[in-house]
Amino acid sequence: MAIVKLPENKLNQLIEVCKSFNNEPGELINVLHKAQEIFGYLPAEVQEVVAKELNTSVAHVYGVVSFYSFFTMTPKGEHPISICMGTACYVRGAEKVLDEFKHHLKIQVGETTADGKFSLACLRCVGACGLAPVVMVGEKVYGRVAPDGVKAILEEYSA
Amino acid sequence: MHLLVCGGTGCRSAESDAIVDSLNKAIADRGLENDAKVVMTGCFGFCEKGPIVKVLPDNTFYTQVTPADAEEIVAEHIYKGRRVNRLLYINPESQEHVEDSKHMGFYRKQIRIALRNCGFIDPENIEEYIARDGYSALGKVLTEMTPEEAIQSIIKSGLRGRGGGGFPTGLKWDITRKVAAEKKYVVCNADEGDPGAFMDRSILEGDPHSVIEAMAINGYCTGASYGLVYIRAEYPLAINRLKTAIGQAREYGLLGNGILGTDFSFDIELRYGAGAFVCGEETALIHSMEGMRGEPTFKPPFPSESGYLGYPTNVNNVETYANIPVIITKGPEWFASIGTEKSKGTKVFALAGKINNVGLIEVPMGTTLREVIYEIGGGIKDGKNFKAVQTGGPSGGCLTTKHLDTPIDYDNLLAAGSMMGSGGMIVMDEDDCMVSIAKFYLEFTVEESCGKCTPCRVGNKRLHEILEKITRGEGTMKDLEKLRNLGQVIKDTALCGLGQTSPNPVLSNLDNFWDEFVEHVTEKKCRAGQCKHLLRYVIEPDACVGCTACARNCPVNAITGERKKAHEINQEICIKCGACVEKCKFNAIFVR
Ligand SMILES: Cc1cc2nc3c(=O)[nH]c(=O)nc-3n(C[C@H](O)[C@H](O)[C@H](O)COP(=O)(O)O)c2cc1C
Ligand code: SF4
Repeated sequence: MAIVKLPENKLNQLIEVCKSFNNEPGELINVLHKAQEIFGYLPAEVQEVVAKELNTSVAHVYGVVSFYSFFTMTPKGEHPISICMGTACYVRGAEKVLDEFKHHLKIQVGETTADGKFSLACLRCVGACGLAPVVMVGEKVYGRVAPDGVKAILEEYSA
Repeated sequence: MHLLVCGGTGCRSAESDAIVDSLNKAIADRGLENDAKVVMTGCFGFCEKGPIVKVLPDNTFYTQVTPADAEEIVAEHIYKGRRVNRLLYINPESQEHVEDSKHMGFYRKQIRIALRNCGFIDPENIEEYIARDGYSALGKVLTEMTPEEAIQSIIKSGLRGRGGGGFPTGLKWDITRKVAAEKKYVVCNADEGDPGAFMDRSILEGDPHSVIEAMAINGYCTGASYGLVYIRAEYPLAINRLKTAIGQAREYGLLGNGILGTDFSFDIELRYGAGAFVCGEETALIHSMEGMRGEPTFKPPFPSESGYLGYPTNVNNVETYANIPVIITKGPEWFASIGTEKSKGTKVFALAGKINNVGLIEVPMGTTLREVIYEIGGGIKDGKNFKAVQTGGPSGGCLTTKHLDTPIDYDNLLAAGSMMGSGGMIVMDEDDCMVSIAKFYLEFTVEESCGKCTPCRVGNKRLHEILEKITRGEGTMKDLEKLRNLGQVIKDTALCGLGQTSPNPVLSNLDNFWDEFVEHVTEKKCRAGQCKHLLRYVIEPDACVGCTACARNCPVNAITGERKKAHEINQEICIKCGACVEKCKFNAIFVR
């Protein structure tokens, strides 16, 4: 894995976060949520710092990070795209929509485009089943997406 | 007048924020601030036609409202007192406008207990909750009842856990109460991981105080002074509303030290899930709250005996909690008068899939699937035929036409090969392939298995591979037998509820749709046309004029034929991309 140099100010922020949770190992998941907010993802270097601050092993931290799908070790794209794969979206054609995104972006689920612009992920039910199939780009929700509407969505962000 | 705008996640995704702004602006433009008030509420349930705006006191129900409609609603309805007809719901049968929600088929059969406040109050304002009898149950319990009496009330009501298992709630409280310990915890399970279910989130978004009040009552009954809500990080709106509500409850002295002047103290904190379905299982949930991997452990000991940090912990589901305050205020007899013999009260379902009225519904136990699908749900989308309805998510199964008149309750669904689960209800039509649906759920389980025990980690993967093989057209009859045997072994030997129920979607589909599985295997045919590998693209010789457009566009050169003569597709080479169909100007190519 490439070595990432963590920016000093963010590093200090992270150490502050650990302190605010009293450096309790039991608060690991809360710390990781904050850490991911700060860095956008959780590279090995961040996990090492967290392990040291909370006085636990890097293996334990890695075990937790890799267990939960909300935590990611690769940076997301500038516009993270998530396709809802809940059952309601699935029966209303989410898989075809996903294929279309893969085809246009030439990446697989969990990957980021070479220019860092888009990343692709699946998620389970955002709770907007009335709008199925649902796609999220960043915070914005697109409802009733048809495969031939995919191109238009991407174009919105390509400028 | 009050203008209630739905602020549930579904409607918010469809711009309900902007609608509130536009309504407020239109009201201000006319100086009607004293006559009309805009309130953003929780989910109305009728998500299919969102965003919804409801006008009180006349109960007018506007559907699919856009920010641009705000001006007209204010100018006509508020100012001149005339309904805006074009925004009213149209009864699909009579094609007439329906003026208020009471006359909509969607609402007629519903009884709202857990959802009593959703869509009626501003969830960010504690006073509106109090105005609808909020916190009076807590007051009653603290001042008039002993913990034992309150627990007896819950036992008598017959309330069973709404998180899936259906364990009697009062009994669980009683067990927790009887364990002696210096500290106890009550936990609210808001992990809601079942894909296609959004009941719990809607309750938290629309009526967070009902859960807070019930947790405090639970604390009083079991002897706990700490409450924890374990909530998915993917639910930002619910988290915010809950935080606001907890803050307000503290301000009003309804949480904290010496609640309502008694010596009972109780407070609530939030813990965040991080996207692992298995964390909905109560022992896994507790490990996750302790900052560890969310792996389940063997029961006993049950959390009621030894849970969070080793202390007795009472875990209940969001919807279970939402029922508690009403049971206390209206009495257990009232609650027990609703429902069937062994399943009392109501159940909230998230109705979705190929159904006309997607939404959140609450019906008395004992309502039939037919009533839910055809009367409340308005039937199948696009006039297609009903095929199956899935309940219980990845732990449940599909029910078919023969179950349509089965009254819904815990025991009937179990007997029919599915389960109540948390309340996801996905409707499927003739275009859905039941082998693919089984595969879809298995894919979910394989991804979400925590990997701790072998039957679930390895067994489900094998099940999934066999299903994959069948959808590719390479399955054998022996494979079908293997699915059955392996499925049974996994059920019998997995450690936690996830593994013990994960083969259900496959097993119930094998029972109910055996012919369809056999067809995939022996005839290599998918009647729903979903399994790509089983499709055959064929050229109808009579319709083909030999223009060569298809042959030139086939990426793998599977099409041959002479100019001006009928062409043919070589099935061995064809990759089923469909490019030829798109290029054919004479509609000569068919999928079989
Ligand atoms: C794999 C699995 C997932 C579960 N997910 C949930 C869930 O999302 N929400 C929930 O309330 N209960 C869930 N449960 C049930 C809980 O373990 C527990 O029984 C429930 O929270 C108890 O509350 P109740 O008695 O009020 O239903 C799940 C169980 C299993 C085995
Ligand atoms: S059954 Fe599955 S989820 Fe449950 S403990 Fe075993 S591997 Fe983990």
